[in-house]
Amino acid sequence: MSRSSAAMTVVIGFEGSANKIGIGIIRDGEVLSNPRRTYITPPGQGFMPSDTARHHRAVILTVLKEALEQAGLKPADIDCVAYTKGPGMGAPLVTVALVARTVAQLWGKPLLGVNHCIGHIEMGRLITKANNPTVLYVSGGNTQVIAYSERRYRIFGETIDIAVGNCLDRFARVIKISNDPSPGYNIEQMAKKGSQYVELPYTVKGMDVSFSGILSYIEEAANKMLSSGQCTAEDLCFSLQETVFSMLVEITERAMAHCGSQEVLIVGGVGCNLRLQEMMGVMCQERGAKLFATDERFCIDNGAMIAQAGWEMFRSGQVTELEDSWITQRYRTDEVEVTWRD
Amino acid sequence: MAALDFLKTAELLKQGAEARVYRAEFLGKPTIVKERFPKRYRHPTLDEKLTHRRTTQEVRSILRCRRAGIRAPVVYFVDYTSHCIFLEEIVGSSTVRDHIASSQQSDSGTEQNLQQLAERVGQILAKMHDEDVIHGDLTTSNMLLRRSQKDGESELVLIDFGLSYISALPEDKGVDLYVLEKAFLSTHPNTEELFEKLLKSYAASSKKSSAVIKKLDEVRLRGRKRSMVG
Repeated sequence: MSRSSAAMTVVIGFEGSANKIGIGIIRDGEVLSNPRRTYITPPGQGFMPSDTARHHRAVILTVLKEALEQAGLKPADIDCVAYTKGPGMGAPLVTVALVARTVAQLWGKPLLGVNHCIGHIEMGRLITKANNPTVLYVSGGNTQVIAYSERRYRIFGETIDIAVGNCLDRFARVIKISNDPSPGYNIEQMAKKGSQYVELPYTVKGMDVSFSGILSYIEEAANKMLSSGQCTAEDLCFSLQETVFSMLVEITERAMAHCGSQEVLIVGGVGCNLRLQEMMGVMCQERGAKLFATDERFCIDNGAMIAQAGWEMFRSGQVTELEDSWITQRYRTDEVEVTWRD
Repeated sequence: MAALDFLKTAELLKQGAEARVYRAEFLGKPTIVKERFPKRYRHPTLDEKLTHRRTTQEVRSILRCRRAGIRAPVVYFVDYTSHCIFLEEIVGSSTVRDHIASSQQSDSGTEQNLQQLAERVGQILAKMHDEDVIHGDLTTSNMLLRRSQKDGESELVLIDFGLSYISALPEDKGVDLYVLEKAFLSTHPNTEELFEKLLKSYAASSKKSSAVIKKLDEVRLRGRKRSMVG
């Protein structure tokens, strides 16, 4: 399929790999619409795949209508239907992929399966215009330090066990912090009121980090410390953030030193955290580097980021055939050939 | 503070992620001073604990390696107040990273050289792990090659033991190699075979290697099969 370079390309993106279901429309770098819904569980509970899928099924068509209406477009105006191929939770991924496949066939448009992590990166690059940054991708499901090299987003450092967001979310459950709007947001607000630094395990292994140790420590010790009055819940939130964020800043700095990079881009839901941004900013300032970050519209999982990555892939000639439009729970960032960059 | 005053006259070589590295002359010898300066982004209590721990771990690991005959810089002096380590400067050396990169760019008979280098790296790491020293930050930037004047053979020196610790666990050694593998393959694209050579050499040279390699395989899988449901 040939495209005249003057014609505009409109891509719709479907995202639902975790508890957020979002559908966004992008036209040549302009976000035309980006509605989203979040499945929130009661305090003390995490979200399970089947319940999450059920939530997404119930709202997805409403969100799709919103996306088209807010963009002022009809299906005929769409050039490509992009969806999250993975990584993520199985049932929610299937639910969303099913709708994407269906509308692609109904509207007669090509499909594109997008890597969720690359969606975050490409949205970050679009919004911040960062040139070639070291990317810290941190969310409930992922924690990676990524740098682009020779047609791959290479993973320089990552968690060797759980994601930092997962650590924060599970800590929130232990002390029954509300999941509305998100456990991480509430930890951040409480941390602002904390003052006492409680020593917690700090684990950096080269360019990698490990969070399961600090999580098991704090899961075991939190309730004891709180009932003995040794510290407040706010102090624990504060101490946990200071520790895990220091670990993230450290591995980012290592990657920058190794690659000789002068730019940092933070993406993913945990990237909304202003304390993390502040700490990264201090590190950057000391090295003479520049920090880029986006706000909650684009940090948190959303449909437009899938549309944006899809737009890049589509323009470079990629398409996903129907028989290849399956989803996968494991999908490494460096598996994708980045055909749209040199 | 004497050490910091001393540094005012020293030449700043670089600001790494961990520390500022200076070149100076100390007791008449070419010296590298590694200054772990306070990280302003960290909480002060965390910063002090971490910095102190890393300074002592680094020195202990270097001494342990040297006692076992593994080439690492001599420690001349440590100032625990300013967290400065005064180390032997490995004069006339370049990093293995630069060596591999430049070898890959020119292609005059470098295949064998790189293979030999990989073998030697595997050997030195095996020796280090047999001493139960976990380097903690193995990258090709943390290995130096120094051309020896006498017979032309180059010397392989390990540096930067800031994240190191002592452990006999195959798991820790496996993770140590995993960290190197990730750093190696992401810094030097298309060197999978070269790294395999390194691992084979490691396995042949170390007395306790099979458990370690087994753990390395497990850790590799962990990166790919991580469950995000928790």
